[in-house]
Amino acid sequence: MRGIVSAAGYVPFRRLQRSEIAKTFGSGGGKGTRSVASYDEDTTTMGVEAARLALRGAPDASVDALWFATADPAYLDKTNATAIHAALRLDGDRPALDLGGALRSGVGTLRVALDGAGSTLVVSADVRTGLPTSGDEAAGGDGAAAVLVGDDTTGPVVAEYLAAGSATDEFLDRWRTPGERRSKVWEERFGETKYVPLGEQAWQAALKAAELTPGEVDHLVVAGMHGRAVKALVKRLGTKDGALGDDLTATVGNPGTAQAALLLTAALEAAGPGEVIALVALADGADVLLFRTTDALGARSAARPVAEQVGAATDVPYGKFLTWRGMVTVEPPRRPEPARVSASAAGRSEDWKFAFVGSRDRSTGALHLPPSRVSMSGGALDDMEPAPMADVPGTIVTFTIDKLAYSPSPPIVFAVVDFDGGGRFPVELTDVDAADVQIGDRVEMTFRRLFTADGIHDYFWKARPLRTAAASRGGGAGAPEQPGPSGSAPKPTREGGER
Amino acid sequence: MSSHGIRDRVAIVGMGCTSFGERFDTGLDDLVVDASNQAFAAAGTDKDALDAYWFGTAQSGMSGITLARPLQLANKPVTRVENFCATGSEALRQAAYAVASGAYDMAMAVGAEKVKDSGYAGLNAFPVPNDGTARTLTAAAMFSMVAPAYAKKYGVDETELKDVLARIAWKNHYNGARNPRAQFRREMSMETICASPRVAGPLGILDCAGVADGAAAAIVVRAEDAHRYTDRPLYVKALSFVAGNGSGLIDPDYDYTHFPEVEASVRDAYAQAGVTDPRHELAMAEVHDCFTPTELVLMEDLGFAERGTAWKEILAGSFDLHGELPVNPDGGLKSFGHPVGASGLRMLFECWLQLRGDAPEERRIANDRPLALTHNLGGYPGEMVSFVSIVGRELS
Repeated sequence: MRGIVSAAGYVPFRRLQRSEIAKTFGSGGGKGTRSVASYDEDTTTMGVEAARLALRGAPDASVDALWFATADPAYLDKTNATAIHAALRLDGDRPALDLGGALRSGVGTLRVALDGAGSTLVVSADVRTGLPTSGDEAAGGDGAAAVLVGDDTTGPVVAEYLAAGSATDEFLDRWRTPGERRSKVWEERFGETKYVPLGEQAWQAALKAAELTPGEVDHLVVAGMHGRAVKALVKRLGTKDGALGDDLTATVGNPGTAQAALLLTAALEAAGPGEVIALVALADGADVLLFRTTDALGARSAARPVAEQVGAATDVPYGKFLTWRGMVTVEPPRRPEPARVSASAAGRSEDWKFAFVGSRDRSTGALHLPPSRVSMSGGALDDMEPAPMADVPGTIVTFTIDKLAYSPSPPIVFAVVDFDGGGRFPVELTDVDAADVQIGDRVEMTFRRLFTADGIHDYFWKARPLRTAAASRGGGAGAPEQPGPSGSAPKPTREGGER
Repeated sequence: MSSHGIRDRVAIVGMGCTSFGERFDTGLDDLVVDASNQAFAAAGTDKDALDAYWFGTAQSGMSGITLARPLQLANKPVTRVENFCATGSEALRQAAYAVASGAYDMAMAVGAEKVKDSGYAGLNAFPVPNDGTARTLTAAAMFSMVAPAYAKKYGVDETELKDVLARIAWKNHYNGARNPRAQFRREMSMETICASPRVAGPLGILDCAGVADGAAAAIVVRAEDAHRYTDRPLYVKALSFVAGNGSGLIDPDYDYTHFPEVEASVRDAYAQAGVTDPRHELAMAEVHDCFTPTELVLMEDLGFAERGTAWKEILAGSFDLHGELPVNPDGGLKSFGHPVGASGLRMLFECWLQLRGDAPEERRIANDRPLALTHNLGGYPGEMVSFVSIVGRELS
């Protein structure tokens, strides 16, 4: 059986109230909220977060390949998937590929993985923006999703892949030339007349291949940047009442390349065993993917369900949103900007920088962050084991707020964090408002982009408050949930081979 | 491990110190020429009579040529040293050890920093090519974590602690107001200090040392030669230095209420000098008051107050100009600002003035004890360097 072994979405912590847009400019905006990637997030970092959650749902799965799709890549020429690969500590002989550019690459990558062999971690992410007051600015969303596609040898398949249907046509509805910050769209009605028949065509093809009728579809999710076309198509698909799932546009907005996989993930999390899920995506044609959930789905609970992330959010002021997206430039702190990262230095510390792996003294258990050859206690030389700390939660021992230091979004909130099971690291906090931080707060590590200099993104880890009920389990009393005193890694799997 | 020290083998016979401040009209060359010439004059000697030079600067220049060129030192061994904020002190340590070794008869330590040419407020480190994972906090933020930790450990409430910290700044400004070489020469009221805008954690701008340009210099000779240059030499009793291993940053047992590097270096210094009761043996101390909580903790680390009591001693005025043990009688980093390479020697310059009775009347310390201490630290809580020197008026 081939299908989905695990899936997870990532919705960033911040929301923009769309009504704020009109309050500022007198036009634009609308109702509800959209998700906003923090200033220290990009499609790569959000992809890492989604992928970590997906692999948490399949801890024993081996990943044969990593594919990353986005229409907003942090780099061109240079592959972005390699940073995700490094953060996940995938084996060095597993390819990491970017397959992006077009919005359709999100659902397209998923389909190719499902039609292929072996296990593939399909990651999609997007940061959607537009000029102030534009429809894209208000309707867009930021986020990521990761789907581990494989068969029974990968791990228990939670949703069997039944069939796909596609329709393709060349027409101009939405476009953006490389380097442009905004997309443009043709007159809406034209796209609608193209998309609806294409959607119906792909729908019929998929149902026929799966030998299903529309009435047998239990969960339907429809993705697409063309809102009118999506609405019109839904009415023609003939599914039963209640089948249509929330498309999250009122809360998250439309995260472009990641929308198809994010909605599919949300549908999986809402489904019970033995149910049919249909994903329809409209982008330069139409793609339909059909799945049937298995009994394995019932045995699985999502590490952090999409619905929970949609709920755990805090507003970002519109001015900050514009600043974060580079639409408005504000006075920077009067401190020198950081120098660019050294490629060779970063290359030497790949496991530390990208995967937050320290070292642990085998004899004393002392944890070293960053890793060290010589122990700070006892002085043992070259007697350390890798200590992956990215998934170990911790507690704030003390913290400070630095209003002077350089940051792309001052002030810096900085904390000394003691990890469950031992070890300490002084680290920048993110996704927090300075006034809310308290000693004793529980935090978890998150992969972020610290700054960019000379076009080089500096990726490293920060800590953020543990907000979800499931995630903060085991906190408070300080009961170590993960590593024992022996310091064994939470999951010593995926410790890449040759580095 | 042995640290034998060089007690009474080396003497300081001449010193110089420029005024500190925003010396926009004065370059590094002028600063080192001025400080050096004061020292030459004090020792009644000249540049050619000296055998070797150590030049401390953190980032105003590289190599001994940075000193050799402006002083036009021909064919002399000139060494540039750097050790964070203890850079000037490190130059002294090297010069003193070189003379003690017998390698040279007479050497000079010069420390200087031209900070105000950067165009930025605050100190900024040279960017060393790196992997982009190091902290990017300011020193103010790192030291700001000391205050709440101390308050919590010793049960001092927040407003009381604010008063303690303000009292430190008040004292140092009081002393600095009486020092013509200081950058800030105005007394500050407790109210003004407490109301200053916050920059990091609980620290206001007036909890922080300023930034300044400046230079200072010291000439050292063998102790037995000292009286050829001055009838009032100062003898080096102890020079101690510790570079931390950074473990405090990642050691869960570290609680931000003390600085182990300081404790280690002062232990060594007291052993070298034979000091057992610093509070009553020292005439004065110049300590590294980069931020007010730093001075608070130093009073305990240096053994001037029992653990958990320095805050009370500060409020009681024990370390005031006419307190039991005057601390930073020259006004400290608070009043001088901190030209990194110069600060350690600037501290020593105050010992030079006070122990020899040359300090001006309005800030002259009252006691007649023969020893004085200087202390520098550089880096952050958990990862710092610490230097301690003890000098004295008399051979023991």
